[in-house]
Amino acid sequence: MKYALLALALLFSQTSLALAPLPVTQIAPGVYMHQSTHHWPDRDNHGEIANIGFIVGDKCVAVVDTGGSPQQGIALRIAIKQTTSKPVCYVINTHVHPDHIYGNIAFKAPGVKFVGHHKLARAMASRAPHYLGRAEETLDIRVNQDHIIPPDLEVKDSMTLNLGNRELLLTAHPTAHTDNDLSVYDKTTDTLWAADLVFLEHIPVIDGSIKSWLAELDRLEKNHYKLVIPGHGTPVTDWPASMQPQKAYLSDLAKEIRAAIKQGKTLEQAVDSVGLSAKDHWQLFDQFHRKNVTIAFAELEWED
Amino acid sequence: MNQAYKVIGLLITLLPGLAAAEGDDDTWNNTLKSQFFAGKNIEESDAIIALEAPYRAEDPAIVPLSVTAKIPQTQNKYIKKIWLLVDKNPFPFVGEFEFFPESGKADLAMRVRVNTYSNIRAIAETSDGQLTMTKKFVKASGGCSAPIGADLDEAMKRLGKVKFRLDDSLKSGQPAMAQLMISHPNLTGMQMDQMTRFVRKSHFINQLKVTFNGKPVMNAKIDIAISADPNFRFYFMPDKAGELKAEFTDISCESPVSRDVCSKGKSYSQSYAVAP
Repeated sequence: MKYALLALALLFSQTSLALAPLPVTQIAPGVYMHQSTHHWPDRDNHGEIANIGFIVGDKCVAVVDTGGSPQQGIALRIAIKQTTSKPVCYVINTHVHPDHIYGNIAFKAPGVKFVGHHKLARAMASRAPHYLGRAEETLDIRVNQDHIIPPDLEVKDSMTLNLGNRELLLTAHPTAHTDNDLSVYDKTTDTLWAADLVFLEHIPVIDGSIKSWLAELDRLEKNHYKLVIPGHGTPVTDWPASMQPQKAYLSDLAKEIRAAIKQGKTLEQAVDSVGLSAKDHWQLFDQFHRKNVTIAFAELEWED
Repeated sequence: MNQAYKVIGLLITLLPGLAAAEGDDDTWNNTLKSQFFAGKNIEESDAIIALEAPYRAEDPAIVPLSVTAKIPQTQNKYIKKIWLLVDKNPFPFVGEFEFFPESGKADLAMRVRVNTYSNIRAIAETSDGQLTMTKKFVKASGGCSAPIGADLDEAMKRLGKVKFRLDDSLKSGQPAMAQLMISHPNLTGMQMDQMTRFVRKSHFINQLKVTFNGKPVMNAKIDIAISADPNFRFYFMPDKAGELKAEFTDISCESPVSRDVCSKGKSYSQSYAVAP
C-alpha cells in the first residue's frame, strides 16, 4: 500500500515535471537559451548542467543541444512550443557529452534532422555503452541505446542550415574540448553558439587535446562576435576578452606540465603541484583540475 | 573454526553494507588467492612493501600506482617478485615483476586501468620465500572500456617508440631511478574502435625485460590493465658506464578475459647509454 502511494506520487511528480516548460531567455532576437548553474552531474541534478536552447527562423526552429536527461529534453520541447508555433527542423548536437545529448529523444519525429560533427557518430558509438551503463547509478535517469541518436547530417568542415530567412553556419572543429566539437554561428544576430569550446566560470574540461584546443582558441580569438554562448557560463558580449581566463588556464597548464616533464617530474607529482594557483578563479576546480592535469600530461609527455 | 569466529563470520555476512563499504576481499578470497598463490601463506603487512594509489582515480584509464620497497636489495635478502592485481577488473592480473639484487631497489611505479571500485593489491615475495601483501582501495569506473585515445592512427604510427628518462645526477654504486615510456595503445579488447564501431581485439605488451650491461634489472609479465603508453619507473645500479636496455613483446588475444587463444605479435628492443 505504502509503495503504491509512493509510486503514484512519483508518477505525479514526473508528469508535472514533464509538463513544466524549461525556463528560457531570449538573449538575442530569435535566440533562446536555458542557462544552467555549475554543478557536478549527480542524482539530484540528473546531469542537467549545460546551457541548451534553440534558434527560431521564419520557417522552422533549430535546437542547439537537448539537455542532460530525457526529462530536460521534453521540458525544452514544451518551452519551444510555448515560444513559437514553428516546427523544429534541426537538432544540433555540439558534441558527445551526456549533458548535451540525453534529451535528444524528445525531438525524434518525422521531418526533424539531427546534425553533428562528422566524428560525433563514432564518438557516440564508442562512448555510449560506457555512459549508459553509469546513468542510472550516477544521474538517477533511465536511458538506453534509443536515447543515443547519431546525426542524420554530418558536418565535415562546415555546413549552412537555413531556418527561413535565417542562416546558421555550422563549423566542425579540430580536436579541442572533445574530438567532435561543433559550433553554431547565427549570421542574423552575429552570435556564436560556441558550446563547450568555451567555458566561463566553470573550469574548462579537457576530453580531447590541450594542444589542439589552445590552437583552436587562437583562431577563434581573431574573430569578432556580438554575442558568444558558452556551453557552461553566462553569454558574453566582449569577445575575445571574455575567453582570456580559459586561454590562460589552458596555456599555463601546458606550460607548467611541460616544465614538470622537463624536470623529470612524475604524473603523480604533476597532479599534486601543477596549476593550483588557478583554483580561486574557477568553479568545480577540485572536481576537474586533477583530471585535466592527468590527461594533458599523458598527451604532452610524447610531444617531442 | 571455533564458535567466536563463526559468530564474527555471521556478523560479516549479515552486514554486507559495512563489508562492501571500502572494497571487499571476495574476489581475492574466492578466486585470486587460489589462482595465483594456491596453498601459500601470505602475511598482510606493510613491512616489506608499501602501495600508493589515489583513493579517487582522476582518470580510470590512467591510475598511477607505486610500490615502495621497505628493504634494500642485498645478496642475502631481496624482493624477488611483486604481483599486482586489481580485484574487480575483468582481468584482475596487472603484472608479475621480477627483481634481482642488481636492481638496487625493488621500487616500482606504473599507470593502470581500473574498471570499477576495487581493492588493488601488491604481493611481494622475498628471496627467503616469504609472501607479504598490502592493498589499497580505489574508486574508479570504466578504465578498461574507456574509449581508445582520440587518435588511434597517430598512436599506431608511433607504436614501439621508447623513451628513457633518468635522473641527471647518477651516482656510481647508488640505486638510480629510471623511467621507461613505451608508445603502445595497449588495447584491452573491451574498447570500441571509433572507426569501425566494432570492439577492437586486444593488443598489448605481455613481456618486458630490462637489463643493464647485460645484467637483469627487471623482468615483467604484464597484461591489459597496464594503461595505454605503458610507463614504468624502477631502479637499477649504474656501477659504471653502460647500456640500459629494454626488450619487450606484444600479443593479441581473442578474448579480453582469457589468455588461451592468443597470437604472438612483435619483439622490440631499445637501448640507452648511461654514464654515471
